[in-house]
Amino acid sequence: MPDGLPNSPWSAARASEIIAEGGAGALLPLLHALQAEFGCVPDAAVPLLASALNLSRAEVHGVLTFYHDFRRTPVEGHLVRLCRAEACQARGGREVEATLKAALEIDAGVTLEAVYCLGLCASGPAALVNGKPVARLHGARLTQLIEALRT
Amino acid sequence: MNPRVFVPGDAAAAAVGADEVATAVAAEAARLGVPVQIVRNGSRGVFEFETLVEIETGAGRIGYGPIYPEDVAGLMAAGFLQGGPHPKRVGRPEALPFLARQTRLTFARCGLTDPFSIDDYRANGGIVGLEKALRLGPAEIVERVKASGLRGRGGAGFPAGIKWETVARAQALQKYVVCNADEGDSGTFADRMLLEGDPFLLIEGMVIAGLAVGASQGFIYVRSEYPHAIAAIRRATAAARATGLLGASAGGGSRAFDIEVRVGAGAYVCGEETALLESLEGKRGQVRAKPPLPAHAGLFGRPTLVNNVLTLAAVPFILAQGADAYASLGHGRSRGTLPVQLAGDVRNGGLFETPFGMPLAELVDDIGGGTLSGRPVRAVQVGGPLGAYFPRTLFDTPLDYEAFAARDGLIGHGGVVVFNDTVDMGQQARFALEFCAIESCGKCTPCRIGSVRGAETLDRILAGERPEANLAVLNDLCEVMAAGSLCALGGLTPYPVRSALKHFAEDFGAVPRAAADVS
Repeated sequence: MPDGLPNSPWSAARASEIIAEGGAGALLPLLHALQAEFGCVPDAAVPLLASALNLSRAEVHGVLTFYHDFRRTPVEGHLVRLCRAEACQARGGREVEATLKAALEIDAGVTLEAVYCLGLCASGPAALVNGKPVARLHGARLTQLIEALRT
Repeated sequence: MNPRVFVPGDAAAAAVGADEVATAVAAEAARLGVPVQIVRNGSRGVFEFETLVEIETGAGRIGYGPIYPEDVAGLMAAGFLQGGPHPKRVGRPEALPFLARQTRLTFARCGLTDPFSIDDYRANGGIVGLEKALRLGPAEIVERVKASGLRGRGGAGFPAGIKWETVARAQALQKYVVCNADEGDSGTFADRMLLEGDPFLLIEGMVIAGLAVGASQGFIYVRSEYPHAIAAIRRATAAARATGLLGASAGGGSRAFDIEVRVGAGAYVCGEETALLESLEGKRGQVRAKPPLPAHAGLFGRPTLVNNVLTLAAVPFILAQGADAYASLGHGRSRGTLPVQLAGDVRNGGLFETPFGMPLAELVDDIGGGTLSGRPVRAVQVGGPLGAYFPRTLFDTPLDYEAFAARDGLIGHGGVVVFNDTVDMGQQARFALEFCAIESCGKCTPCRIGSVRGAETLDRILAGERPEANLAVLNDLCEVMAAGSLCALGGLTPYPVRSALKHFAEDFGAVPRAAADVS
């Protein structure tokens, strides 16, 4: 079920192309575009962005590290972003978190991260699995997800 | 015309297999040699039935749900294309009590139409408000929004017309309309559903807003946790541009208006309007001190109208049907309808649009049908992670901004999260502080430090360490956060904490109720 994440190897030339395509756009769209290509925004991208947007490297670093979404190293394997917010808690989210943690301990290749609300609050517990929303994560559906993540 | 089959493209349907269901319907129809047209509509907002598959018949649309991909072959064999009997047949969806009891103004089309067909939008009452707005002109549009009594649906409940008037009166060569679609509150999904299910309504509302305040550029700031909504609103803005709803003469008028969709990056605080503006400018999403108000100096220092999705989406109805039609609904100073979002441990979870005034008990017990788990309801959190926890003794509170405020609660964005009797309110209070610590932008001390110290102090209370003294500390921290924070994140985090302490003192260790009741 889970498709892989984007993960092209770093290329300064490709990064410069992406930044040029973004034109005079603000920093966030460029950071998103870089992460969509390379699976992260590596440190090597910071001076390229700073120079293109006439910012200091510190300013770019400040933005890059402020937002939870941007990562500086790519995720290896599957990325599960499990909702930890109240509506999913009320539907057994804490138990699902514990189950996933226990199941994934014996399985490398899965990164489990917290996310706070996916807007699937009447169908929780919910998660984004490699960017795809998955809900009603209990019983057989949770077991199926764990099985799929092991492959 | 081939029979039309509706399979929602909404994220909440996709999350339970709607895409696979659509593929399976197409494959099974091809195998049987019956041509069908599959429409990916929005969600009706009755999530227990998702994926709700509908077939258009001579007797209206007939729904079946919840349908999983493995149900499709049996469904087709049961004569689904003729509306035939099947254990998962729910009949005409609009006859479901959950839908029949609603007053859908903003969500009138959501779930019914093809979200990306401008013809479908027009055929179902769209664009009427904009056409009227073009005839009325800016000053009269503002007057009608004021007369409707519409208040900001993002949470603050500020009168929308006053905000529009302030931006309209500001003198500047460039002004902006910014739509806040950074719907981060847990238990809310109305913005998401609308972006995915009826995006032209928001676009129409924004074009009207641009006309009213004299802005030619709009931005929609959508949170990154909503990949379906981002794709949907991007597709809809492109379609709007192609058909002239956006562009040099937006909607056929004499004024230009265009919209750029921007994506957040996982910061809850960017739902606060000034942090959102900073983020749009490409900066860290840190809150600005007010004044100046965004209406005077907002995006790039220009006068900016910042409104929530639901506020802007309410405007086309107000113009099309008249301010009185909107203002005639509601309760007290809360006029019109509120799209309530029922979530958590609730049997009938989903989108319930209703005039203000419905008591919380009716929403939770009657409309919501109690808990999904079958356990008794213990607490309800209204208004997202910054909303108060209400016990059953407060369930007579009507949906009304002032009525909730009078009981130290808030309506916020209209999210209602139901908890059963297994909930540990000590942990819920702790989570509120933990969440604030994670999401604090760090600009002001009460929020940045208060949240961390609050969580530590609460841990001590829960561990039974000098509970009375530590409770006093926690209450002090809450007071400082409430009074001294720059924005609602730090300012309102005390709501869930204090309400939990006040109404559920028995969950905070061996604390005598009187000691917990110091707020």
